[in-house]
Amino acid sequence: MKEISELTFPDDLRYAEDHEWAKQDGDTIKIGISDYAQDQLGDIVFVELPAVGDTFDKGGEFGTVESVKAVSELYLPMGGEIVGINEALEDTPEFVNNAPYTDGWMIELKPGNPDEYNALMDRPAYLDMLKGQES
Amino acid sequence: MTPSVGTKGLIFNEPLLWEKGVSGRRGFSMPTRDVEEAPLDESIRGDGPQFPDLSEVDVVRHYTHLSQWNFGVDSGMYPLGSCTMKYNPKTNERQASLPGFTGAHPLLPDSLSQGALQLLHELERYLAAVTGLPAVTVQPAAGSHGELTGMLVFYAYHKSLGKPRSKVLIPDTAHGTNPASAALCGFKSVPVKSNEKGVLDPTTISELMDEDTAGIMVTNPNTLGLFEENIMEVAEIVHKKGGLVYADGANMNAVMGMVNMADSGVDVLHLNLHKTFSTPHGGGGPGAGPVCVTTALEKFLPVPRVVKKGDETFALSWDHPDSIGKLHAFHGNFGILVRAYSYIRSMGADNLKKASQLAVLNANYIKENLKATYHLPYDRPCMHECVFSDKNQSPYKITTLDIAKRLMEYGFHPPTIYFPLVVSGAIMIEPTETECKNDLDAFIKAMKAIDQEARDNPELLTEAPRMTKVRRLDETLAARKPKLAG
Amino acid sequence: MRYLPHTDEEITEMLQAVGVTSLDGLYESCPQGCCTITDMDLPEPLTEWELNNHMGELAASMGASPEYKVFLGAGSYDHFIPSAAQYLLSRSEFVTAYTPYQPEISQGTLQAIYEYQTLVTWLTGMDVANASMYDGASGLAEALLMSIRVTRRKKVAISTAIHPHYRQAVKTYFNPTGYEVVEIPYLDNGRTDISRIGNLDELAGVAVQSPNFFGCVEDLEAINGKVHSDPKSLMVVAFSEPMAYGLLKNPGSLGADIVCGEGQSFGIPRSFGGPGLGMFAAKRKYVRNMPGRLIGQTLDKDGQRGFVLTLATREQHIRREKATSNICSNQGLCATAAAMYMATIGGTGLRELARLNYDKSEYLKGKLTKAGFSLPFNSPTFNEFVVQFPDGFENTYQKLLEKKIVAGLALEGYYPELKGCYLLCTTETSTREDLDILVKEVTS
Repeated sequence: MKEISELTFPDDLRYAEDHEWAKQDGDTIKIGISDYAQDQLGDIVFVELPAVGDTFDKGGEFGTVESVKAVSELYLPMGGEIVGINEALEDTPEFVNNAPYTDGWMIELKPGNPDEYNALMDRPAYLDMLKGQES
Repeated sequence: MTPSVGTKGLIFNEPLLWEKGVSGRRGFSMPTRDVEEAPLDESIRGDGPQFPDLSEVDVVRHYTHLSQWNFGVDSGMYPLGSCTMKYNPKTNERQASLPGFTGAHPLLPDSLSQGALQLLHELERYLAAVTGLPAVTVQPAAGSHGELTGMLVFYAYHKSLGKPRSKVLIPDTAHGTNPASAALCGFKSVPVKSNEKGVLDPTTISELMDEDTAGIMVTNPNTLGLFEENIMEVAEIVHKKGGLVYADGANMNAVMGMVNMADSGVDVLHLNLHKTFSTPHGGGGPGAGPVCVTTALEKFLPVPRVVKKGDETFALSWDHPDSIGKLHAFHGNFGILVRAYSYIRSMGADNLKKASQLAVLNANYIKENLKATYHLPYDRPCMHECVFSDKNQSPYKITTLDIAKRLMEYGFHPPTIYFPLVVSGAIMIEPTETECKNDLDAFIKAMKAIDQEARDNPELLTEAPRMTKVRRLDETLAARKPKLAG
Repeated sequence: MRYLPHTDEEITEMLQAVGVTSLDGLYESCPQGCCTITDMDLPEPLTEWELNNHMGELAASMGASPEYKVFLGAGSYDHFIPSAAQYLLSRSEFVTAYTPYQPEISQGTLQAIYEYQTLVTWLTGMDVANASMYDGASGLAEALLMSIRVTRRKKVAISTAIHPHYRQAVKTYFNPTGYEVVEIPYLDNGRTDISRIGNLDELAGVAVQSPNFFGCVEDLEAINGKVHSDPKSLMVVAFSEPMAYGLLKNPGSLGADIVCGEGQSFGIPRSFGGPGLGMFAAKRKYVRNMPGRLIGQTLDKDGQRGFVLTLATREQHIRREKATSNICSNQGLCATAAAMYMATIGGTGLRELARLNYDKSEYLKGKLTKAGFSLPFNSPTFNEFVVQFPDGFENTYQKLLEKKIVAGLALEGYYPELKGCYLLCTTETSTREDLDILVKEVTS
């Protein structure tokens, strides 16, 4: 597993405690997992995603991500309705490892409460959290 | 270099069955046709499967080659923690193959099944004697089948009191089958943290136990190889709030003749005959998971029960209205029960007790000899297994996995790795009592040599194994692009 | 004792190394209250030779084939097991190995079970098969739990023509779950009455057995049409006699979503009902919801083909309470036995053998009909069928036991409406003479 300094965390995203990232794109929010999360999980073999139209509260479990030896639940950093899912992940789950912020995006959300986005951590705050976890 | 138990040798490649068949070859002696072909409704007739056609020689070579790629207990020491890979006595195989047993249909009239019924009845008595729990069923086909049986008994018990409960306490050291079995019965698993000594703490149990908790599932000794020294207090707390105590008896090999499980407060317990009672593991079963319960819970056991009648004959009894029902089509894995029965008849009480004592001695001997080399998270007397970690080797970027893969080349099956989950990089070693001192010393030597290699020449570990039929396999590929049939 | 290799000297030496003065001293952490005071009440140990005698006596008392002519099926079948297969199965590298968690030194088990999985998919006409469940009964219960997981519905329907013990196991498994099990009656012809299946949109799965408990071959095509008229409901086909698929259309070709059954007929002796073999197969799209172990093909570091346990995140050791099942040890050696049997018989051999089985039972049916007995169910059958014997037949049955003939299974205990009906079974192990004698004996 890599050191934090070797991992990437773009500036223009927000981050959640459970290592999801969120990116505002007009009315919708794109969501995935951070470089730290995919590095911790190892080779991803399967991503279980919800159906378009499903709704969840903030913190709701919207899917799972599997490596060979472990399964991690995915939690929504904000509540809302699923309006898009990345179907490419079915055949190419490795996008989550290789391109966690681009090809590896997981769901598109129409937020119930757009203010919840600003409550998420920015890059510096997320880095602080990660460094705190390691010690 | 330290002389190794494992050495090089030529083995054979072998294709898949359908890569070697030639249509028209025959491996089977077709019985004589002494009746005419009868008309057959064409609407139901099929083509039959396109299995390969192989000669008898093809088949014998195929499986002979395959067998030579396997490591079994008969090959060498197999110290898999919590699996109890003890020696599988060959006389047990002879008894299970007796034509009177193998040729017997399970639904024969009782009058024609006396030998089998007597065996079942006596085996139940023997398992009751070992555990202290008087009522026994031998129907479950494996340990986790026994766990399901136990959870069904929990459910039935609380339902019979008119107060169904929704939760079960499960220690963080529990085997994965425990929460899975509880979930099958609709129970929510409440995780219980072990204390810094690696055992259950009565205070923690007190805080969690309430009247919506059906009971607790303990493993004793636990998967850290430690005896749950507070078990009697824990049982009392659970009982006081109307709960039951389930014991996963996977580690029974540590305590036969030394501990009475009933006296420790257990109400329901399953045994693994393929662990404690020497029946072979078969590459993943068949095993057997008998369940032993207190007299109060006997009425819930699965049907049919085996009863001894006034005239000393045996019969199957179905009239048990409170029974949880049936978990297996017939009486369970009878062939495995024959083997366990033969083992118990061959050993007797004194030898079973000695087996447990020697299993514990062997594990402690390994522990004492390796604790200077490998990190021992709980440095105290252990039972039949001990748990190390890779903490001392990680500065060299060596993991538990690397150690395990290198150990194969020394001629040993690796211990259980990465379990229990409470120890990071766990290495769980259970030698069992059938390993002699020479083999233990060779194992200890190999483990020490591997530690030295980790420092001097880590590539020997990270590239291991190189001497086996295949090298490390791409499990990611197997999971991403599953190819599950040819 | 020959399984305990320690000498007294070695024990002393080892106790010293451990820092304990006696073997009892190893148990200091066990609280007094649960330490045993009296010895376990077990009989004195037997020598190998005494054990042989004792077990020989127990075995000799059994009404076993071939000494007894046992015309019983009902989920346990007498078939010839080739010596080659028996011999190969006794190789201790198969017998004494454990679950192949370390694949590099378990390729024998892994390839053998991968081959087994493949042969089962071909036999059943399905996409993927697992490494085994315990038996046909528990396999059916797990198949129905799987249908609940897949569809998220709360009810299953099972035919009353399924083996009574299998149905009992389903109810035992379902009892604490809150999910409902309803039963579908059978028709006068011995097949399931699919018109009585009920509201499909509530059903997670509909299960039938084919050939069913009465030996009747179900109309799987019609069942497929009915069950799949609802887009979600799953068609579950159970079986207890896999030999049938050497002759009949397999369930996969007729729309089954899950196929589960008893594989004991393939190379495993009856052995008083166990160990058996739960064969379990499904459509590819349901693979992540399947219970049980799965072996997959992959490559090693040098690019060599190898086999490995895969999709383990479904299973209890990773997923724990969210696992698809709690199963750990399964029936691995029995699956190996079945693969060896299927390899020895071969495709051509199996088709021929299945045909012979069919013809033997048709012969018996013909002779019984000629002798004046009625066969209540007129659907096509395989290996077993129901015959109506006259009042008072119980006495004949008992007399025949003394002549070492077991004339079938009385059905009244399982189906009160079938008083006087018996389930008879014959396989390739009965000769024409055996069948003629049976007919003669039941007629007199």
